[in-house]
Amino acid sequence: MSFFGFHYKLERKAIGLVIGIILVASIGGIVEIAPLFTIHQTVEDAPDMRLYTPLELAGRNIYIREGCYACHSQMIRTLRDEVDRYGPYSLAVESKYDHPMLWGSKRTGPDLARVGDKYSDQWQVAHLNNPRDVVPVSVMPAYRWLLTTELRIDDLPLHLKAQRRVGVPYTDEMIENAALDAYGQANPDSPQAEGVAKRYGKATNVRAFDGLPDQLTEMDALVAYLQILGHLTDAANKPVAQAGTVQ
Amino acid sequence: MIAQLTRRERQLAILISLVVAILGLLLGLAGRNDPLGLHGALICVTGLVMIALIGRDYLAPEPSEDRFSQYYDDPIRAGILLAIIWAVFGLTIGDWVAWQLAYPDLTFGEAWSSFGRLRPVHTTGVIFGFGGNGLIATSFYVMQRTSRARLADQVSPWFVLIGFNLFCVIAVTGYLMGITQSKEYAEPEWYADIWLVIVWVTYLLLYLRTLARRKEPHIYVSNWYYMAFILVVAMLHIVNNLAVPVSFGSAKSYSLFSGVQDAMTQWWYGHNAVAFFLTSGFLGMMYYFLPVRAGRPIFSYRLSIISFWGITFFYMWAGSHHLHYTALPQWVQTLGMTFSLMLLIPSWASAGNALLTLNGAWHKVRDDATLRFIMVAAVFYGLTTFEGSFMAIRSVNSLSHYTDWTIGHVHAGALGWVAMITFGAIYSLVPWLWKREAMYSPRLVEAHFWFALAGTIVYVFAMWNSGIIQGLMWRTYNDSGTLAFSFIDTLIAMHPYYIARAFGGMLFLIGGCICAYNIWMTIREPKPSVERTGDLPEPQLAAQPAE
Repeated sequence: MSFFGFHYKLERKAIGLVIGIILVASIGGIVEIAPLFTIHQTVEDAPDMRLYTPLELAGRNIYIREGCYACHSQMIRTLRDEVDRYGPYSLAVESKYDHPMLWGSKRTGPDLARVGDKYSDQWQVAHLNNPRDVVPVSVMPAYRWLLTTELRIDDLPLHLKAQRRVGVPYTDEMIENAALDAYGQANPDSPQAEGVAKRYGKATNVRAFDGLPDQLTEMDALVAYLQILGHLTDAANKPVAQAGTVQ
Repeated sequence: MIAQLTRRERQLAILISLVVAILGLLLGLAGRNDPLGLHGALICVTGLVMIALIGRDYLAPEPSEDRFSQYYDDPIRAGILLAIIWAVFGLTIGDWVAWQLAYPDLTFGEAWSSFGRLRPVHTTGVIFGFGGNGLIATSFYVMQRTSRARLADQVSPWFVLIGFNLFCVIAVTGYLMGITQSKEYAEPEWYADIWLVIVWVTYLLLYLRTLARRKEPHIYVSNWYYMAFILVVAMLHIVNNLAVPVSFGSAKSYSLFSGVQDAMTQWWYGHNAVAFFLTSGFLGMMYYFLPVRAGRPIFSYRLSIISFWGITFFYMWAGSHHLHYTALPQWVQTLGMTFSLMLLIPSWASAGNALLTLNGAWHKVRDDATLRFIMVAAVFYGLTTFEGSFMAIRSVNSLSHYTDWTIGHVHAGALGWVAMITFGAIYSLVPWLWKREAMYSPRLVEAHFWFALAGTIVYVFAMWNSGIIQGLMWRTYNDSGTLAFSFIDTLIAMHPYYIARAFGGMLFLIGGCICAYNIWMTIREPKPSVERTGDLPEPQLAAQPAE
């Protein structure tokens, strides 16, 4: 039977069309997505990869809430000019714990994959508060409410728990202390500050990000997040030959 | 409208509304310390309002049996009006954020009015609000006419329509409060996503039940496309939105996937939302309204089969072209590029089939602005799919990606194709549905056409210029081997194009407002009723009892 003859019969059966559509439409996704979970080389190994602290995770959620991803990518492509402008190209492992990923699709503003430590906290705070105070031609909105809004930390243990459920290896201790750690990371002189370094590593930034040591604002969280971008692992700075090595 | 429902259907509708209200109440109580609480309240109030509306006319006399000798068009009328309301709303927000990119302080200084929160309000408003309602309404119309069967029942069409609009309202109000998953075109959070699944399954079942009652042996090509739209959108929606909520009292959830797998899943979704929401469904619309309006049969039946299965198969591979040169493995990028190129064949087969159908009717295109909307839509469909395949080539994509070229491409498709075909369908439908001889003012349809076309062209040219200039500036080197332009330099270069874009968008918005006014005037003025000739299901349908 010719193809068109077959179709002549198929189009008389609604259920035949339904099954046909589902079959034909499933193939592409299965072939392209399923192997990404099974082929080991897809994500490089990076033993030094560290987790977002509760404060950084809260900052990341503010980044999502405000829609920053609509104008800023976090994915440096393997192109010479991008590496020259933004730094080493992004590796898959660097967003391994990003649920969801924030690679972005548009650069109305510059890429932020390696913006961490590129500017001072003061610059970030001033810029977020009103970008045109520091970059006169910027078209970024002013986020003035960040400095005056207190950060909600009481539900952070639940956030870490949900993160663990989707595969981020937070320990029980981290989950238990999530709220205290968020407070401590932005209050270096407080007794809670010590625990942050203990649980998340000595390299963790512990300081009053918003310049207001007695307050924990949303600005603290967002700046803490921005300052860690590109610094979760050192894998991208290593020679290429090592980055793709399979253990 | 309630009087059209039987007593049992009224009871069922009240029961469903009650369940919705209770679920909303529970959600609101669980999320009382979270923005979720407001959404719970919104859902609860929606359920209660529905109960009040049905209850007010509960005792109205039941409809007579002769309703089975007619199509059920009430929900279609409501859907058309909702589509136009969403169009004006979504286009207004879109133009506002366009002006914000030229003049960033055009906000109220409030969190809800900043670009990042308004941008998904615009995309959801136009794609799901305008496009979705247009698709649901026209699909109800087309499936009844091409099957010669009345909708399978009278409650589920309303459930689908109202449920879908509730989803859109939850989505849009959520963004303003900062509730978003950040996945583009899949921003609504877990509870809205679950609700949409329920609505969507009802939609599919309604479609299949209505097709099962058809009096035509063959299922017309429009219905294949509408079915692909419903089925594949369900598939994409469920997989891409898999997530773990922080708690049942929190609007926030974390995506099940992370990093590279999440990126691929998101763009498998994102690109096929374009394919099956913004292409497949609207091709279904085109395959009905174009031949009917032109009074010509579809040029080639075989071409429509090839393009249907080609689109359904090839599109699903193309999503990875959104991730060229990223950390996505190269083999996936290459597959995505290859299939994107092959996709041009079924896409142009559809566009060609549409334009060749007009052979012998080109004088109508000249005289009838409604048919011209549909014709121009087919032309833009052809242009945009060519541009899309072109931009999927890795080396082209290295220039175009992350720039306004993408925005221009999307709007060539969204304004030129999706919106134009919808306006064409709406201008055809409104007189048929409200039983008028014609639209209130054909001259206003004509004016709308030129506003829409001019707006689209200004918009797309502005974004082509801005995108290509920015892409080239990013990669320009000095003789000394350093980058020639800072990021800020490119912003300055783009400023005039951002003004031009906002102006083009404004033209398009004015056209949309003209359309809304014209529809309003058409349906409000009392006119003698004019039936669309032959617009009845087959007579034997009258003998059939209700299901």
